[in-house]
Amino acid sequence: MTIDLALIDAIVTDKGVDPTRAIPVLQAVQDKFRHVPLQAIERIAATTEMTESQLYGVVTFYSQFRLTPVGEKIVKVCHGTACHVGGAEGLTESLESRLGIKDGENTPDMKYTLDSVACVGCCSLAPVVMVEDKVFGKLDRKKAAKIIDEYDSSGGSR
Amino acid sequence: MTQVKKRVVVGMSTCNMAAGADEVFDFLKEKVAGGLDVKLSITGCLGMCYAEPQVQVFDEDGTRHLYVGVNANRIAKIVDDHIIAGKPRDKWIVKYDEGDTQKLMAKQERIVLANSGIIDPDEIDDYLAVDGYAALRTVLEENDRMQVIQTVTDSGLRGRGGAGFPTGLKWKFAYGYENDKKYIVCNADEGDPGAFMDRTILESDPHAVLEGMIIGAFATGADEAYVYCRAEYPLAIKRLNRAIEQATEKKLLGDNILGKGFNFHVHVKEGAGTFVCGEETALLASIEGRRGMPRPRPPFPAESGLFGKPTTINNVETWANVPWIIRKGAEAFAAIGTEKSKGSKVFALAGKIKHGGLVEVPMGITLEEIIHEVGGGTGTNREVKSVQLGGPSGGCVPRSLFDTKIDYDEVNKTGAIMGSGGMVVMDDTTCMVDVARYFLNFTQIESCGKCTFCRVGTTRMLEILTRICDGKGVPEDIETLEDLADQIKNTSLCGLGQTAPNPVLTTLRYFRDEYEEHINDKKCRAGKCRELCIYEITDDCNGCMVCAKNCPTNCISGEKKQLHVIKQDDCIRCGVCRDVCKQDAVIVK
Repeated sequence: MTIDLALIDAIVTDKGVDPTRAIPVLQAVQDKFRHVPLQAIERIAATTEMTESQLYGVVTFYSQFRLTPVGEKIVKVCHGTACHVGGAEGLTESLESRLGIKDGENTPDMKYTLDSVACVGCCSLAPVVMVEDKVFGKLDRKKAAKIIDEYDSSGGSR
Repeated sequence: MTQVKKRVVVGMSTCNMAAGADEVFDFLKEKVAGGLDVKLSITGCLGMCYAEPQVQVFDEDGTRHLYVGVNANRIAKIVDDHIIAGKPRDKWIVKYDEGDTQKLMAKQERIVLANSGIIDPDEIDDYLAVDGYAALRTVLEENDRMQVIQTVTDSGLRGRGGAGFPTGLKWKFAYGYENDKKYIVCNADEGDPGAFMDRTILESDPHAVLEGMIIGAFATGADEAYVYCRAEYPLAIKRLNRAIEQATEKKLLGDNILGKGFNFHVHVKEGAGTFVCGEETALLASIEGRRGMPRPRPPFPAESGLFGKPTTINNVETWANVPWIIRKGAEAFAAIGTEKSKGSKVFALAGKIKHGGLVEVPMGITLEEIIHEVGGGTGTNREVKSVQLGGPSGGCVPRSLFDTKIDYDEVNKTGAIMGSGGMVVMDDTTCMVDVARYFLNFTQIESCGKCTFCRVGTTRMLEILTRICDGKGVPEDIETLEDLADQIKNTSLCGLGQTAPNPVLTTLRYFRDEYEEHINDKKCRAGKCRELCIYEITDDCNGCMVCAKNCPTNCISGEKKQLHVIKQDDCIRCGVCRDVCKQDAVIVK
């Protein structure tokens, strides 16, 4: 996949060229492409004071950044303490079997990515699953799988 | 004369919205657009997360009715019966002086949460109406920086991020270092799983945090600040940015604040999902655009912090305490709490607890009071077994020590830490070895890798704990865990490594018998470790078929009103049957 380098240049112009701006620049790149393409890192390094090694170091250090493409909807199962105690493992298992993929993988049609996250801070609704920015609380195995059914039947818009 | 209308206020915090508050708000908005004559607004979180969403209706005479558990059906009825016909639906209303809610509220001491769920966090005028920015005005009028620091020192306020360092002393250090540039940092990188105090404060009362920071900047001599907030908290970031805009418009932020010649600018920096960035030197590295790895101290940030300049770092809750202290005086704050821990503390109650949510209690209250009175116990027929305090840096305190007072030093004696305020309650279905494994898995992933013992030691500890949970533990494992824990604590640079073994050490101290059972008897009494337990249905089964319907592998057979049987070969020991059985007929062997 080749990316439009003009988009990267626009982000750099907006966020800044100084090495201290590495994280906001990369966050904007990921917002745009849903992952950080290696080409973007090369382009940023070529046009700013940041180096490829700094950018790659930052991308691989922070868990927010991804170097590979993701599905249209990221399904994040919260594995915070309250969710763990409340059965988060079962939700991951249920979603794995519903989506036919393992935790961390994309569905072959690139509609969903299944992921585990540390804590989304909605502990009183544990266990929870987040689809993009929407939180679903007080789930069990069945309800977790049903979320996907609802997204599927609404054509992904819900 | 302006006509007085009914007011309807919808709680709109992240967890409220997850429970459906946004749909309730949209419904009301449509009604208002259609001619319903009420003043509609939003507010933050009341802390009663167990009964969300919440809608407050204020009658024309100011009488407040708090509706809980408001779903789409209920709001339609509330509009028709209460708002239009004037007959409140008492069944869904809770009162602060009755029943469970009375118990929940009676022992709370609300300083930081005083405005949460009351004011509209998006409207600075709401904050101004409750004496907001009055403390800042006082401080700028009096123009005595050392006096501000003295007041904070005298109040006894200690860092609410967990370590409990005296705030006044921290400010005094930063004040003492001469420099043409100084910074303020607000640590909102609330990474402890099971904690959501700072998110709620920022979502419910962002101006209180800003006011605290402005006062701190004036006192220490800073003119620029960063709020380092988790990217996982989009609503908190949005409300904070709006608060900054509004405060700037009102000349409470920016250049020449209130015409007193004092300049102060605040930036919001989104974190990128890494736990160790809650450590102050790692956080600073992250703001500077580098990998968030801690460095040795000294020099402390007060001397050489952000971009090498003197920097004062406090967490969200600490900053939010400051305006109250200035307004009411150091003595009023110091009058609350114990000898060495003053004021109140916000806790996030979660896990096996009836009243899950956010509570603010005076220091000195016991764990028993918080969990069984304020929190209402488990809310099931199961007993509380332990409470986990302080997240991955903390520990599990057993029921037998619930007379422990909330006080930095008293909590430390149990082997746990006060921490930032996460309190996860556990009952007998929670396996303590599994909890220790859970936290080690977390710290092992989050270790930045700089210190060998933290990087490799946590990996080895996790391997051993996983082995024990899988039924492959050997008797020497316990001693090896204790050795490794000791070495990691003593050789790690930052708080992450120094405290990472705490969950293991406290569970070994208080629940050693569970470890021994796992290792020697190959048994998990909680029914959590799958290799070590068998689920069986006893004669108490009345054949209701609920377990069979819910079993994910369809391995429960039996006719209606007949004893059910679990086919062990297909059972994955997920525990769903036990959770759904109303007869308590599913047991773990």
